[in-house]
Amino acid sequence: MAAGHVHKLYRHGHSPVHRLPAHVKVVTLLAFVIAVVATPREAFWAFGVYAALLVTVAFIARVPGTFILRRMVVEIPFVVFAVLLPFIAGGERVDVLGLSLSQEGLLAGWNILAKGTLGVVASILLAATTDARALLLALQRLRVPPVLVEITSFMVRYADVITDEMRRMKIARESRGFVGGSRKQLGVVAASAGALFIRSYERGERVHLAMLSRGYAGQLPVLEVQTAAAVQWAGAALLPLTALIVSVVAWITL
Amino acid sequence: MTVPSLEVRGLAFAYPDGHQALFGVDMTIARGERVALLGPNGAGKTTLVLHLNGILTAGAGEVMVAGLPVAKENLQEIRRRVGIVFQDPDDQLFMPTVRDDVAFGPANLGISGSELDDRVHDALDKVGMAEFADRPPHHLSFGQRRRVAVATVLAMGPEILVLDEPSSNLDPASRRELADVVRALDVTVFMVTHDLPYALELCPRSMVLSGGVIAVDAPTRDLLTDDTLLAEHRLELPFGFDPRSAPTVPA
Repeated sequence: MAAGHVHKLYRHGHSPVHRLPAHVKVVTLLAFVIAVVATPREAFWAFGVYAALLVTVAFIARVPGTFILRRMVVEIPFVVFAVLLPFIAGGERVDVLGLSLSQEGLLAGWNILAKGTLGVVASILLAATTDARALLLALQRLRVPPVLVEITSFMVRYADVITDEMRRMKIARESRGFVGGSRKQLGVVAASAGALFIRSYERGERVHLAMLSRGYAGQLPVLEVQTAAAVQWAGAALLPLTALIVSVVAWITL
Repeated sequence: MTVPSLEVRGLAFAYPDGHQALFGVDMTIARGERVALLGPNGAGKTTLVLHLNGILTAGAGEVMVAGLPVAKENLQEIRRRVGIVFQDPDDQLFMPTVRDDVAFGPANLGISGSELDDRVHDALDKVGMAEFADRPPHHLSFGQRRRVAVATVLAMGPEILVLDEPSSNLDPASRRELADVVRALDVTVFMVTHDLPYALELCPRSMVLSGGVIAVDAPTRDLLTDDTLLAEHRLELPFGFDPRSAPTVPA
């Protein structure tokens, strides 16, 4: 596959992580996240170990830190919420740098921030090492309900088409002297959104016709069955197993 | 005489809102023929096309594809036999990669494994797109996407290839490339268009759908040189195009 022809979350490569079958990676990610979420929030050292594990995976996958950092912006809304918690939560107060903060809020904020960040980074690593098609095949392989897989598949396929359509509508608006920004113009933007919805809806109908015309009978055919060797499962399991052990130790030593 | 690829008798259709689009269409297309269906916008060309593979069900009359009537119990086989290439390739190509999209039709027919791979490769090869198999459709040019759309139905081994406005939005080079592809195919072609020079280039025979019936059925060159006839059905040649002096393209 030529460079520049893939989704921007994906980073082309040939590392052992890239080569792992996608469904193995999805299961690994899920198990890892569960282990992280199950860890008591007071066990600060455990989260350090988790972070180190992810850094190791990133290193093996040859995904640079800047690549991950730039994609972590999706987390910002949660970060804002987590930062607010120490100020608004009740309970015992502690003084930090002259600010009176809620101890409970600090812990809750930390809990959200640490677990959320680990989950986001792990997901970024999955997306960076697995292209969209492989992910869809993985969902199919893991017996996610076909309707959900189809919806996801169409989203992947048509996100660019619809973004393009939106961009053309914007250019057409502006070519006729429209300047966005003020509140009065919101009506125009809303009308465009409505038009875009109708267009997408109608496209959906046309796509359905085209699918029926090629013999679609309610289910996407399984085009490729992914298989994983025991070695691959074992290799991938190292991550969630280590995390599980850390989580258990954290509970015991609490 | 062999069974014709397509036979339509007395086909009439009204939309649920009462608007009647077809008033008794009759036509026969022999195996291996390339026929153009001409008509202005809104003449009911697309409505007719959707009857050919049973997406729309006739109010009256019947459609037979290579002798098999279009009816509920035959739908799967009918949709294998009738390969429709829709106007907007983005509607037709909905899978993440070109390869998966071309495989979609044959896989629905229950083909798998190496036979499926062969079908996909052959179909892409016929339209000159084999090297693009792993690309997502969105990253192809419009002309390339249209050729892939042709491949998606060729992979089903159709009896008749139905092209809905095949030349729309194509630049002249893509237009010629598509014409070369179509001419090289060993399949019956039914081409719906209002691009009259393209009809002349590809189809020795043309029909005009007008007023919900086939109003004219004649050799394309004769039809295009009859000015009164063209005007009667709201058909117009592009400026400066003279079908009398247009070269004959070898079949």
